[in-house]
Amino acid sequence: MDVFLQQLINGLTLGSIYGLIAIGYTMVFGIIGMVNFAHGDVFMVSAFIGLIAFLLLTTVIGLSSIFLVLAIVLVVAMIFTGLLSWTIERVAYRPLRGSFRLAPMISAIGMSILLANFVQVAQGPRNKPLPPMLTDVIVLMDNNGYQVTLAYKQIVIMGVTVALLAGFWYLVQKTPLGRAQRACEQDRKMAALLGVDVDRTISLTFIIGAMLAAVAGVMYLMYYGVVNFNDGFVPGVKAFTAAVLGGIGSLPGAVLGGLLIGLIETFWSAYFSIEYKDVAAFSILAITLVFMPQGLLGRPEVEKV
Amino acid sequence: MAKALTGDGSAPARPAPLAVALKDAVVSGVITWLLLLPLVGFRATESGSGPLTLTTRFGLVTVFAVVVAVLRLVMHLTVWRPGREKRVAATPSALAGLGARISPLAKPAFFTLALLYPLLAVVLSGGLTPSRYWIDLGIYIGSYVMLGWGLNIVVGLAGLLDLGYVAFYAVGAYAFALLSTSVPINDFMAGHLGEGFWAAWSFWVCLPVCGLLAALWGVILGFPVLRLRGDYLAIVTLAFGEIIRLVLINWTDFTNGGAGIASIPPISFFGMPFSAGDDGFAAHFGLTFDPMHRIIFLYFVILALAALTALVTLRLRRMPVGRAWEALREDEIACRSLGINTTLTKLTAFATGAMFGGFAGAFFAVRVRFVSPESFTFIESAMILAIVVLGGMGSQIGVAAAAVLMIGGMEMLRNLSFLKSDWLLGPDFDPTLYRMLIFGFAMVAVMVWRPRGLVSGRLATIFLKERKTVSGDLVKEGHG
Repeated sequence: MDVFLQQLINGLTLGSIYGLIAIGYTMVFGIIGMVNFAHGDVFMVSAFIGLIAFLLLTTVIGLSSIFLVLAIVLVVAMIFTGLLSWTIERVAYRPLRGSFRLAPMISAIGMSILLANFVQVAQGPRNKPLPPMLTDVIVLMDNNGYQVTLAYKQIVIMGVTVALLAGFWYLVQKTPLGRAQRACEQDRKMAALLGVDVDRTISLTFIIGAMLAAVAGVMYLMYYGVVNFNDGFVPGVKAFTAAVLGGIGSLPGAVLGGLLIGLIETFWSAYFSIEYKDVAAFSILAITLVFMPQGLLGRPEVEKV
Repeated sequence: MAKALTGDGSAPARPAPLAVALKDAVVSGVITWLLLLPLVGFRATESGSGPLTLTTRFGLVTVFAVVVAVLRLVMHLTVWRPGREKRVAATPSALAGLGARISPLAKPAFFTLALLYPLLAVVLSGGLTPSRYWIDLGIYIGSYVMLGWGLNIVVGLAGLLDLGYVAFYAVGAYAFALLSTSVPINDFMAGHLGEGFWAAWSFWVCLPVCGLLAALWGVILGFPVLRLRGDYLAIVTLAFGEIIRLVLINWTDFTNGGAGIASIPPISFFGMPFSAGDDGFAAHFGLTFDPMHRIIFLYFVILALAALTALVTLRLRRMPVGRAWEALREDEIACRSLGINTTLTKLTAFATGAMFGGFAGAFFAVRVRFVSPESFTFIESAMILAIVVLGGMGSQIGVAAAAVLMIGGMEMLRNLSFLKSDWLLGPDFDPTLYRMLIFGFAMVAVMVWRPRGLVSGRLATIFLKERKTVSGDLVKEGHG
């Protein structure tokens, strides 16, 4: 029971991070029908931007309040990552809209390789560690020396995720931008005829997805305290798995899928083998796509001739 | 950087081109500056075991921003003139036309050059030993030509985007490594067919086995994904590729894990080892022993394997199954409506492609004589896919040209030592670091510039009276 509870907490934390990244995948897939393969690397770049901003604030400027630093780091990472994602869409994806279907996907793979190696060249190939922060924990249960703990940073991660998702839900459901987005998702041509600026909506979708990924990146950096140029690929694929599991195109599905993937991964590591945890995630991806391509909350894809 | 920042010309009074270009140059320069600021402008440097420290490089960021701005300004004033209309070619473009005209010559020329390449390398570099680098490069390129042609069957002909092709390469390599180093098989062969038989013949016996095993895996992995199409298929094959690699790493009892399998027996000249002994290749043919004999022989083996791939593909394209592949690529629904069994068609494409991947894998194992999971990462799959796409999916000669261009080009980056001179980038500059960066950039650039690759036209396999090349712009595909 105590191990279970501890893993539940860890899994939900990890799942929040995956869920935030998964929203970017699911939104982009919903609106232009492409798998934004570079999204995982955008997430990794955002963690690096967070790292730089953190160092700048703590060592150069000398801020001491950790929450203030984190808040500024989040905003800085979101702005720069949004700009990056906007540029990527403009440069690598927009010229290929209307081209044959595999073209944007291949361009995205190239962009993913480009981003990872750009960070490697610019920042060096080694792991970048940060001093541990927010190390305090709340002991929830003490069972003969096995303590079930809830770390402050886990609370921060879950809290920020919930707050962001609430804001994001409001954005999609209640604002003109969200309406435009949903309209483009249903039928891009019709939306354009009705006066929706499709290009602008798509750009904003990329920016919002990247901003959520940036939050995930900063949380990831804070949680693990280390980041590497290679860290985009596996979390990216797992977040994509989450999006698929939840039903691609469905926003609540992405969050649900993220939480499920996080839980499955931590429980698998705890009860089976830690070596095969990535295999578990990849297998879930394959199994979902093969047996339940519409996912948990998605709509089945109808093909029209 | 951002293309088409300028509003399109529906406004009645178009602003002066220079003003537009200047504005665009400034905007893109600023964007570049901002983009590069966090990760190029600052660097988190490790200082011993202590905490990270920040160093700044704002000058570099400004240089890049100015370069981008000037480039865009020049492009706007020359190539991207306002009002320029994007041409949709009904006939193949000039480049493709040129390609069509030289293509009857290109193939024999290419093949002759490939045959004579070792001779040229030896003559030009002055002796067997100094030519080693060039022949190794030839083998390396040859492997990718073969892999490209193998993947071309799946992606180019059948239109199934496979991001896990490296899995079959790995199956072939590990199959050969495990079979040739296995003690029971060795003992069995020594007991029944004579001492030393297995060491001499293992490659030739195992090659078909590796191909078959890889084909089997092609069917096993292909079967569950039959219903998937496009992006989904790509992601699942990617997942399969990663699963196989992770299993290779973690199943230590079977594959020796991350340490890999070493001491794989070398290739033999149909039973004659490349050794200095009396029964060796050199002694048989009255030559003086030279380790380069083995390398040159390896070159011809990969050439033969690649030629086999090309030949089989060419023949298959004329057969019903090949035509079914192409029909599947163009339109799966129409294909099914015409009564083609899409299940079987997809599986044969997967299996055939995987088989050639397996051959290439066995060759890789016998060439390097060491296999480890490190060699079979996703990057490898992406590289092979990039070769196929750059070559123009479906075109054999295009794929070969793309392999030469890309692998050769990336290798040439190692030789750019002149960049290290003091007046350019300084002695600390390491061009090899930039290989993958340039590779990724090239992949995006090629997609944006020529989404259909170098040879974008479609040469119909079956035709009425006259054979015509169809421009890639008129082909609507990619739903497979």
